[in-house]
Amino acid sequence: MQVKINNKNRSFNGTPFKRLIDVLREDFGLTGTKEGCSEGECGACTVLLDGKPVNSCLISICQVEGAAIETVESLGLPEKLHPLQESFLREGGAQCGICTPGMLMTAAAYLKAGGDPSPDAIREELAGNLCRCTGYQHIINSVAKALSENKK
Amino acid sequence: MKLLTARDEREALRLYKRYPEALPLAGGTDLMVGWNTGRLNGKTILDLSRLKDWARIRETPMGVWIGALATHTAIRVHPAVKSRFPLLAESSETIGGRQIQNQGTLGGNIANASPAGDTFPALAVYEAKIHTVSDAGRRVVPFSEIFAGVKQTTLQKGELIEGVELTTPSTEPCRQGFRKVGTRAAQAISKTVFAGLLWLNKDRTVDDIRLALGSVATSVRRLEHIETSLTGQKLDPKAITRALNLLSRDIHPIDDIRSTRDYRMLVSRNLITSFLNAR
Ligand SMILES: Cc1cc2nc3c(=O)[nH]c(=O)nc-3n(C[C@H](O)[C@H](O)[C@H](O)COP(=O)(O)OP(=O)(O)OC[C@H]3O[C@@H](n4cnc5c(N)ncnc54)[C@H](O)[C@@H]3O)c2cc1C
Ligand code: FES
Ligand code: FES
Repeated sequence: MQVKINNKNRSFNGTPFKRLIDVLREDFGLTGTKEGCSEGECGACTVLLDGKPVNSCLISICQVEGAAIETVESLGLPEKLHPLQESFLREGGAQCGICTPGMLMTAAAYLKAGGDPSPDAIREELAGNLCRCTGYQHIINSVAKALSENKK
Repeated sequence: MKLLTARDEREALRLYKRYPEALPLAGGTDLMVGWNTGRLNGKTILDLSRLKDWARIRETPMGVWIGALATHTAIRVHPAVKSRFPLLAESSETIGGRQIQNQGTLGGNIANASPAGDTFPALAVYEAKIHTVSDAGRRVVPFSEIFAGVKQTTLQKGELIEGVELTTPSTEPCRQGFRKVGTRAAQAISKTVFAGLLWLNKDRTVDDIRLALGSVATSVRRLEHIETSLTGQKLDPKAITRALNLLSRDIHPIDDIRSTRDYRMLVSRNLITSFLNAR
């Protein structure tokens, strides 16, 4: 079957009920996507499916044939960071980093949609992404910063 | 685990007839949790994700048609749903986080038949009609008859939910209300969830009223005793108190891991009161 991953057409011939997160990590070496809870609660495994954030631990590869998947690897390069990666670095939006790829992907979709930069709106948007380190405030600040710079 | 992939509706119904023990897979936000814990080992899965037509939402002369595979996100942003059935749009907005809303479907929410299904009070007060289809034909099931108990529906062997029909009430309600009470604003299973519609006459007597609560019984409940008690009455504190005394006839909450019976009774009372007292 065919699936577009980070803008490249890929084919996958393994077991059709393999979870998307396992296909990304094991078959395509994209280990940026993390697994936290395996039950849809934590959002660490968030990737974009046709531009929308979804939990890759709750999707089997058969469900996404022909779709476009984006992972954290698509955001930026060490020498050219994505605006969200910049702001997470500057605002202390990441500590241990397990939740960060998922946070970034949910926030990236929000940024692209021109989301509301108010803290309440950001909190609601990120409600499906849990963080056990930062206490969220730095994450909210990071996203707000990237959003407001985007508007300028 | 055996995977059946249906390319279109005909094939889905044929496969489901042949393998009635199969579990239909829509968004997978319920099913895949089971898969991850090993509960689906050895089961047969019928993948519906190719049935793109079933994801449509369209305005009809009478109201709105929502295909079973429409996601909570598609529902909560749809202009006709938002303007004509705002309580459903609001309830879709409270389901899980964005990730769950982007993947979870209305059909899956109904078929899953959790006592805590957050779309149910809205579907109950709008008196939704559930359209089902099997190899043998189509049926229309009133929403009030779709659940048989906790995690159980009245769907028959080989029968799928095709979509949900919502009919715009003949006169517009003068008040519509939705509230979900949980441990936090989002991504939490509800302790109690409420939807209400109210029609008042010019003299402020109740012309019609529809109230529903979720998470307070084996499945969603219309508050028939309270509705009957208020109909034709002036909406004053005395009538409201009298009606609320009938609450224990309408709902039967339990103590469980998320909450207690007493707490749920109290929250339910408060939700109804604040709806009735709103201006
Ligand atoms: C982290 C998390 C948070 C959640 N929060 C909420 C919440 O706040 N409120 C809430 O109500 N729910 C919540 N849920 C539950 C779930 O996301 C919803 O019930 C969702 O709508 C299920 O839809 P789905 O398409 O993903 O279902 P699936 O998992 O694909 O299917 C669910 C069940 O329905 C059956 N089924 C699916 N489609 C059909 C059909 N067309 N015909 C017949 N049978 C069918 C399946 O066989 C399965 O038994 C949550 C789940 C998770 C993991
Ligand atoms: S690992 Fe997927 S949501 Fe937690
Ligand atoms: S930085 Fe550690 S979980 Fe968020």
